[in-house]
Formats: sequence, structure tokens, C-alpha cells
Amino acid sequence: MEPNAVQLSGAEILVQALIDEGVQYVFGYPGGSVLHIYDALFKQDQVKHILVRHEQGATHAADGYARATGKCGVCLVTSGPGATNAVTGIATAYMDSIPLVCITGQVPTPVIGSDAFQEVDTVGITRPCVKHNFLVKDVRDLAVTLRKAFYIATTGRPGPVVVDIPKDVTDPNVKIPYDYPRDLRMRSYHPTDKGHLGQIKKALELMLQAKRPIFYTGGGVVLGEASALLTQLVRLSGFPITSTLMGLGAYPGTDPQFLGMLGMHGTYEANMAMHETDVLIAIGARFDDRVTGKIEHFCPHAKVVHIDVDPSSISKNVRVDVPVVGQVASVLTDLLRLWKEQAPAASAVRPVADWWEKIEAWRRVDCLHYDRASDKIKPQFAVETLYKVTHGDLYLTSDVGQHQMFAAQFYPFEKPRRWINSGGLGTMGFGLPAAVGVQLAFPQAQVACISGDASILMCIQEMATCKQYNLPIKVILLNNGYMGMVRQWQEFFYGSRYSHSYVDALPDFVKLAESFGHVGMRVERPGDLAAAMQEAFAMKDRFVFLDVVVDPTENVYPMIAAGKGQHEMHLPPSLSERELA
Amino acid sequence: MRHIIAVLLENEAGALSRVAGLFSARGYNIESLTVAPTDDPTLSRMTLVTTGNEEIVEQIKKQLNKLIDTVKLLDLTEGPHIEREMMMIKVRAEAGNREELKRLTDIFRAKIIDVTDSSYVVELTGASKKLDAFIDAVPKGLIVEVVRSGPTGIARGEKGLTL
Ligand SMILES: Cc1ncc(C[n+]2csc(CCOP(=O)(O)OP(=O)(O)O)c2C)c(N)n1
Repeated sequence: MEPNAVQLSGAEILVQALIDEGVQYVFGYPGGSVLHIYDALFKQDQVKHILVRHEQGATHAADGYARATGKCGVCLVTSGPGATNAVTGIATAYMDSIPLVCITGQVPTPVIGSDAFQEVDTVGITRPCVKHNFLVKDVRDLAVTLRKAFYIATTGRPGPVVVDIPKDVTDPNVKIPYDYPRDLRMRSYHPTDKGHLGQIKKALELMLQAKRPIFYTGGGVVLGEASALLTQLVRLSGFPITSTLMGLGAYPGTDPQFLGMLGMHGTYEANMAMHETDVLIAIGARFDDRVTGKIEHFCPHAKVVHIDVDPSSISKNVRVDVPVVGQVASVLTDLLRLWKEQAPAASAVRPVADWWEKIEAWRRVDCLHYDRASDKIKPQFAVETLYKVTHGDLYLTSDVGQHQMFAAQFYPFEKPRRWINSGGLGTMGFGLPAAVGVQLAFPQAQVACISGDASILMCIQEMATCKQYNLPIKVILLNNGYMGMVRQWQEFFYGSRYSHSYVDALPDFVKLAESFGHVGMRVERPGDLAAAMQEAFAMKDRFVFLDVVVDPTENVYPMIAAGKGQHEMHLPPSLSERELA
Repeated sequence: MRHIIAVLLENEAGALSRVAGLFSARGYNIESLTVAPTDDPTLSRMTLVTTGNEEIVEQIKKQLNKLIDTVKLLDLTEGPHIEREMMMIKVRAEAGNREELKRLTDIFRAKIIDVTDSSYVVELTGASKKLDAFIDAVPKGLIVEVVRSGPTGIARGEKGLTL
């Protein structure tokens, strides 16, 4: 302790700790248990507080900020309903390993356990959906707990950390010396760093012998800031690469070696290549069921290399032959070095030419084919137009449903952290508040949220936040009048019985946007779409809500039905007559 | 297979519920779980007994290790170890079977620690199987109550599960 340490209250310690952590924005919503903290926030101007309109919005905004920047997102909510409203966003961040520190107010320590007003067991409720959580019962533990929270959230496999702070711990009248513990060591937490060199050599051996290799990469590459290294390795090897929904952008989406997304709505070429590969190199991916399909049919011929920072990801769903536990960037650095030492010096010929021939034949199937001549706006066409109008240079957040899959298929991302969506939890309502966080992080960037008519209504209140902070986000609503993804499953698997998937009584989105003080536009004809989008994006300082009326019957293809193998894809009906390779 | 896993945990409020929650959330089997502070008051030692095939037990260990409160973990079943469980068993001990129960207690090297006209409380320590055997050996109908601590264990040899 420094002799002349400043005396601060718990509330002031919290704010000062945020400053010391370099926190730019806190996304929050006030209430009784956090009023001391709000008072401390009021008295400073280093940390900016962004007032959302629902605590779910706070968590998603902090999450969007984190995904776009790689920094830790921070949110602040009150006890009881504030905390429970935040749970969806915390779970969303947890499933996608997003670094978040969520500060929740709690009732004063003397009344904890008495069913006090707005008391819930926040630590208990959030335990299964956080990387870790804390209840701070003594102001003297506050600074070190906050340091731990940021450290845990941002290191190893990142994730959300909840810090629950009873109101008396932030009492303005109780002041203690403040000393932020910069060098924190925790005997119980040692995130992995470098990968085991012997294992990396084994992985390399397999790769060099492979006849039909493929890279399968996920969100871990983005989180681990390993995109450039991955790109080098893929180019050097000449191997094909496919990515999960969460990994899109880690490798340039327009590059010929990229086969598109894999999995349930992945491309034909990616899934077929996975099915036939003899050496699968999984990097920062977790063999999720939306990727593997029926596990018995997953990559039946492959030896599997798995590079991941989290040991518990290894052999969780699929048995791995060569596990490499370590930071993706560190492992790829070693792997690249070894490759350059061992592999025949940058051979000009593609080492796996036969394999590529096969893949190109699968590619020619054109699995993303859709009716371009339609007089209705096809959702695929809408995404392609968005790509053209924005020159592929967007931060695109998404909600959940068909629009999300169309965006993943038809908007190739060249860079990581540009495609921001809830992959693991699949949280409708994520897109708009996430865009709030992204736009605040990058005020000059083009930020859009692609959404569906059902999803957008789940956090529509955040349009008020966008007004308050003048966030020029563009909402691209693919309005099909249905919960499209639900409708699609009902069409395929429930005899077209559309049980409650029709979104009756939709609002007039143009007027709705206008009532929030924004610009609303509606497009119904394919020929008007590009111009409308251009107009919307030309309004650089306005939030524009673009209601795009799309074909209500369109489905997402290819599709692997739940429980089917990855080679058992439904292709677009327009293709089914064609001979498949 | 049955595994006995020893875990050193930060002695923090809620550490136990993190472990219990992990097992229920992921659907792992848990046969028993015991926990108490160690000579170092900042550490608790937990012993849990679980069953599952090798892949599942491997996952259980990884998931336990992943808990932020876990300081160290050892699967005792991977090496030579000593397993002990304590049991107190209350039996009906009336004139007709007092002698037999006494003899049984001696054979198992157990102790009678409470006596009334009509009952004994017998204390017995040993591997869980020995406790099972004692229960089986008590004549039918005489058992009033069984209290078992759940197994704890320690590795043989000079190395300890310490910091
Ligand atoms: C919070 C939440 N509730 C329910 C679901 C299940 N769900 C997945 S997609 C979907 C329909 C989404 O409809 P819409 O937003 O209109 O998008 P579309 O599929 O039509 O593009 C639903 C209800 C979910 N993912 N999240």
C-alpha cells in the first residue's frame, strides 16, 4: 500500500478501477442498489456511461463492443430485475466466449437472504452461464476483485464475469485507501499460453502427409487475434479452409482457398470436403452440433488435429488424434516456423492438386443458387446488394434466423471482428443493441444490423438509445412476415403446419422508426433496392431503418437436417434435378 | 469405471456449489462428494467419487480444472492410493443378538461407541467396500440407521497433493 493512497468509497473505487482498466464505455441502467455507483459516475467524465433501454440491451451492447474491438465489454445493472434481465446477454456472451465484466447491484449485506426488495441470488442464477462470478461483501475486497474479474474475463478462453456488489459496499461514507493491484497472480488460475512443441511437430507431420487436408476454423481464431497467422499458414500450405459461423472473417471470405461456411447451412463444397478429408486441422473451433451434424457421420476418414486454448474443448464431442492446447496465435507462430523449416520450400504447385479438382467439382454445383429473376426481393439478393452497396466494408451485426444465415452465406467478410452475431446461444434481439456497442467503438465506421421482423421487436427499444447518442446505425430488416427459420422447419419437418410462426400485426416499421426520431424507409421491388440502400448509407449521421419486403416463402439452403450426416444436404430445389458430382 | 478425484479448492463461499452445479449441468454421475478445510485455512479439499467411461472421466477432470476456484486436482485411482470412508451404524441390539453383533464388530475391527439396553452405534472406517460388507453381514432387520461420510483418499508414497 502506498503511504499516501487516496481515500475512496466503494462506489468511487469501482469507477476508478474502471478508469484504471482503460474502460471507455459502461453500458447500464440505474436502480436502487446501484445509485451510489451512479452518483460516482456522475462526478467524473473519464468513463462514459451509455444509458440503454433494457438491461438485455446493456449486455448485448457491451458484448458487441467487445466483439468488434477485442477489449472487455462492461455493463452495470441494478439488483433483482436488473440482474435477471441481464442474464440472457450474459449467457449469450458465455456461449461465444466474449470477454465481459457485468457489475450487478445487490441488496445490502445485512439483508441478503431475507427476500428483501429486489433481491435475487445473482451469483446463483448466473453461475452456469459465466466464466466466473463474485459476490463482494467487504469494500476492502472490491479493488482486487475487480482486477480479478477483468483478468479472468480477458485471458485464456475469454468469457463473462459477474461482480455482484451489495449496496452497503458502495456506501459513499465509508472510505478506504485505494490501491489498484496491477500485478495480479492467482494460484488457482493459469491460462494456457504456448502449445507443446512435440504436439505441434506431430500436427505438422500429419499435415505434410495429408492427401485431402482441410482447415476448419472457428471463433477462437478471431478471439485469439490469430487471423493474420492463419491466413499465412493457409496460403503457405495451399490447403482449403472452411469456417464456422463464428469464425467468418478470420480468413478472407473472397479468397479462392475459402470454401465458405460449414455445417447445417454450410456450403456443399465445405461439407463434402469435411466428409472426405483425411486430415482435419481444427483451430479455435469446438465441434458444435450445428457443425458436426450426426456425430457418427462426422469426418469419417479423418485424423484430427485440434488447436485450442481450452483443454476441455479437446475430445469433448469428437475424438482428437493430435491435440495442441495453447493460445492459437502462439501455436500458429510455432507451426509456421516449423513448416518453413521442414516443408519443401514454398512449392509453386498446389501439393494437393487432386483434392482441389474434387473440391472445384463440388463448387460447380453452385449450392447457393437462387432465383435471381424473381419479381420479389429474394433475401439472398438483399444481402448481395448490401454487399455491393457497402463494398464489403461493414461491421454487420445480426439477429437470429434465416436472415442471419443468408448474411453468413452471401456477405463475405475480409477481416475478423466485422461479423457480429450470437452463434452459440442464438439470441434473437442481439443485433440492434450489439450494433450500439460497435458504433460507439467505431464512430466513423459503417455499422449495420441485419434482422428479421420477429427478432427486431425483441430489443426494438434500443432505437431510443441510438437517438440519444446519435448512432447512425442502419437496420436492414428482411421482412418476410414470418419467423422465417421456424416456418422453414415447420415446412420441412411438420407438414407445413405453421404453428404460431406467422408474425401477425407487425408494426409500420417506417412510422415506428420515425416515432423514435429516425429515418424509416420501405422497399418492395428488387429494382429499387440498391438505390434505397445507397440512400440509406449516404445518410452518414442518421439512423436509418430500412424495411425490405422479401419473399416470404424463401428457405435457407443447403440444409443438413438435425441428426443427419454432413454429406446429407438438402440443396436448393432449383438444383435438385441437376446431376451432383 | 469408478474414479476417486481429489480437488484442492479455494476456500471461497460458493466453491462447493460450482462443483455440484457442474455435475448437474453436464449430467455427470456423482456418487459422493465430501469437503472440508485443510491445514491451510484458505484451501478446502474435496473428494468426489464418480463413474463413467474414460472419455467422460477425462472431461470431468478437465471441467473441474477449468473452474476458477480449482487450485489442484488429482485422480487418485490413477496410482496407488488409500481410500477411507467412515460409517456410523445404529443397530437393534437386544439380548438375542448382542453377542453376535459384538463379534461382528471385532471381526471388522470396528468400535461400539454408544450402547443402550436395546441398541449399539458401531463406528467403522475403511474402504467403501469394507463398509458395504459390514452392512451385508448385519443380520436382516437389525439396522436402524446408516450414516456414511463418503470416501476420502490420499495417494501412497512421499508426494502430497499440496501447493
Ligand atoms: C430469444 C429467442 N427466442 C426464440 C428463438 C427461436 N427462433 C430461432 S429463429 C426464430 C425466428 C426468427 O424470425 P425472424 O427474426 O423474423 O427472422 P427470419 O428467420 O424470418 O429471417 C425463432 C423464433 C430464438 N432463437 N431466440
